[in-house]
Amino acid sequence: MVPLSYYLMLSGILFACGVAGFLIKRNIITIFMSIELMLNGVNLSFVAFAAHWHALAGQVFVFFVMVVAAAEAAVGLAIIIAVYRTRETLNIDQVNLLKL
Amino acid sequence: MNPSLHLWLIPILPLAGAAINGFLGKKSSRQGVSVVGLLFPGAAFAWALWVAARFSSLSLPYQEFFAHWIRISGFTADFTLYLDQLSLVMLLVVTGVGFLIHIYSIGYMWDDPGYYRFFAYLNLFLFFMLTLVLANNYLLMFIGWEGVGLASYLLIGFWFTKDSAASAGKKAFIVNRIGDFGFLIGLFLLIKHFGSLNFDQVFEAVKPLSVETAGAGVLTAIGILLMVGACGKSAQIPLYVWLPDAMEGPTPVSALIHAATMVTAGVYMVARSHVIFEHAPMALTVVAIIGTLTAFFAATIGIAQTDIKKVLAYSTVSQLGYMFMACGVGAFSAGIFHLMTHAFFKGLLFLGAGSAIHAVGGEQDMRKMGGLKSYILWTFLTMSIATLAIAGIPPLAGFWSKDEILWKAYQVSKVYWAIGIITAFITSFYMFRLLFMTFFGDYRGTQVDAHGHVTRSHDAHAHGEPHESPMVMVVPLMILAVLSLVGGLVGIGNRFEDFLAPVFGSPEAVEAASHGTEMLLMGMSVAVALLGWWLAYLLYCKRPELPQKIADSLGDFYQAVAHKYYIDELYAALFVKPLIDGSTRILWQGVDRKIIDATVDDSADAARHVSDEVRHMQSGNLRSYAGWIAVGSAVVIAYMIWMGVR
Repeated sequence: MVPLSYYLMLSGILFACGVAGFLIKRNIITIFMSIELMLNGVNLSFVAFAAHWHALAGQVFVFFVMVVAAAEAAVGLAIIIAVYRTRETLNIDQVNLLKL
Repeated sequence: MNPSLHLWLIPILPLAGAAINGFLGKKSSRQGVSVVGLLFPGAAFAWALWVAARFSSLSLPYQEFFAHWIRISGFTADFTLYLDQLSLVMLLVVTGVGFLIHIYSIGYMWDDPGYYRFFAYLNLFLFFMLTLVLANNYLLMFIGWEGVGLASYLLIGFWFTKDSAASAGKKAFIVNRIGDFGFLIGLFLLIKHFGSLNFDQVFEAVKPLSVETAGAGVLTAIGILLMVGACGKSAQIPLYVWLPDAMEGPTPVSALIHAATMVTAGVYMVARSHVIFEHAPMALTVVAIIGTLTAFFAATIGIAQTDIKKVLAYSTVSQLGYMFMACGVGAFSAGIFHLMTHAFFKGLLFLGAGSAIHAVGGEQDMRKMGGLKSYILWTFLTMSIATLAIAGIPPLAGFWSKDEILWKAYQVSKVYWAIGIITAFITSFYMFRLLFMTFFGDYRGTQVDAHGHVTRSHDAHAHGEPHESPMVMVVPLMILAVLSLVGGLVGIGNRFEDFLAPVFGSPEAVEAASHGTEMLLMGMSVAVALLGWWLAYLLYCKRPELPQKIADSLGDFYQAVAHKYYIDELYAALFVKPLIDGSTRILWQGVDRKIIDATVDDSADAARHVSDEVRHMQSGNLRSYAGWIAVGSAVVIAYMIWMGVR
C-alpha cells in the first residue's frame, strides 16, 4: 500500500505548481488552469485522507469542490470569452481599466 | 496674659500697599501712588512705635498666633509672630529707616516711568523683611529670607532695559541661591535632630547639650551651614561679589536693601541662632574669621574705587564683616548695635550719594564731581556727619558700636582686634577720600569743548549747574543725620547690651583692671580714625596729584586692587565658565541634543524608514498580493510543521 505521505507530497507539489503558475503566468487561460490545478491538488489530499482514515467526509468535500469548480469554470470561461471579444487580448496585465 | 498687639498688621500693611500700587498703580496718578506708597509703610512704622511704647508692659517673648500652616506628625510650623528685644530693634530699624527711604524715593524717582512699580516693589520688600524679622520659626523666616531676595532681584534689575542692571540682578539672585542652599540644609539638619524649627523648641533642645569643644558635631555643622546662608545674604567672603554689582539698582534701593536692612538679615539670623552658635565654638570661630577677613578685604578694595556707590558698597561689605566679627566673638548685642547704627549712617551715606548723583545729573564717577559743597550744602552737611559717624569719630553713632566690637574682639583674640583696627583706619581713609573727592576742590563735571560750549561730559539730559535736591529728599537726610549723631548714645554704659540681655544672656563681668585697657583701645580707635582723616586730607585736598603718583609707583598691585583683586574674573574662570561650558557642551550638545532629542528624532526617522519600505508591498499589483499571501501561508505552515516536529 502506498503511504499517506506520498499522496500528500504529490498534493503539495501540484498545489505549489498551481501557485507558481498563478503568480508567473500572464495568460488568463493559463492562470485559470493553475487555479484548477490548485483545487485538484487539495482534492487529492482530501481523498488521500479519506482513504487513510476510512472516513467519507473527505470524499463528500471533493464532490462539493468539483461542483464549485465546474460552476466557476463555466462563469470564468464565459468572462474570458467576453474579455477577449472586447479587448482582443488574453494578457492579464493589459486588462487594467479599473486600476488607478 | 499679654493683650493682643495685632502685630500681624505690621507686615500686612506694606503688603497691602504693594498690592494696591502693583495692581492699580499703572492707571493712577503719581500723587496717588505716593500717598499709597507712603501711607502703608508709615502706618506700619506708627504701629511699630505703638508696640514699642507698650513694650515694657509685656511678658516676653510675646508670641502671636496668626494661622496654621504645616502640622504633620509632630512637626509644626505656623504663621506665628515673635516679638522680643531683638525683633523690636530690627522692627524699628526696618520700618523707621524704611519709611524715611520711602519719603526720599518720592523725590528721587519722581521722573521715572516705573514710579508705581518702584513703590510696589519697595513695599513688597518691607513686607518680606518684616516677615523675616518677626517670624517665630526658621521656616517662616526662610519665606521672608527668600522674599527679600526676590524684592532685591526685582529692584536691582529695576531698570531692566539696561543690560548691566539685568545681569546684576541675576547675579545677586544666583549668588544668594548658593547661600540659601546652605541655609536650607542647615534647616533640614535641625528638623532631623530636633524635630522642630520653632526658635523656642530648638533652643530649649540645644541648651542642655554639651558644648562641642572637643570636635565638630551636628551643632557645628548646623552653625556653619547657617553661616553659609548668612554669607550669601549679607555679602561675606566668598559670596560678597553680588553686592557691589547690586549698585545698578536705584540709589534708594541701595540705601534700603543693600545697606540698611536686607543685607543685615544674615547678622540677625546668626544673632537669633546664638544658642546654637554658643554650643559650637568652631562654627563661631568660622563666623569670626569670615567677618574679620571680609571687613579688611572689602575695605582695601574700597580705597581704589572711583564710583561713589561702589565705594559705599564695599564699605557696606566691610561693615557687615564687623558685625559678623562681633557675632563670632560672642558679642551678639554689639553686632546688633552696629547693625542699628550702620543702618542710620550707611542709609544716610547712600541717600546723600543719591542726592549728589541727582545734583550732577546722573554722574556716579567721583572724579567728575568735586567742589559740590557750595552747590548742595545740606547734602554736604548730612553726608559729613555720616562720614564722621562711619569713620568712628566720637561721639557719633559709629564710634560707639565699632569700639564696642573692637573691645569685645580684643578680649577674645588680639588678632581680630589688630585687623579690626587696621580696617577702621582704612575705613576712615576711604570715607574721607569720598567726601573730599565729591565735595571739595573744584567742580570737574563740566567741560568746555573746543567751540567754547559748556557740555556735560556724561549725562545726556544735562541741567546746568549742580543743584540741591527737593525738600522731600533733604528732610530724610536730616532725620538720618540726627540719628547718626545721637544713635550711638543708647550704647553708653552698656544700656543697649542690657536691653538685649534677656535675649543673649548677661554679659560676663569685666574685670575692673581692664577698664584702663578699654580706654586705651578707645583712644587708639579714635587715633586711627583721625589718622585716616588726615591722610585723606593730605592726599585729596592738599596734594591732589599725589594719589596718582602713588598709584603709579605701586603698579600692578594698585591695578589688582582697582580691579577688586580680579575676584570676579577668578570666579568667572573657576565657576561660571566651567558651568556654562559644561552646560553647553555636555548638557546641551551632549545630553539634550545627542540623547534626548536624538531619541525622539531617531524613533520618528526609524518609523518613517520602515514605513517607507513596507509601503512598497501595497503596489496595487494583484499578483504580488497573491505572492504575499502564498509566502505568508508558507510561513504559517512551516511554523506549524516545525512546532509539530518539536
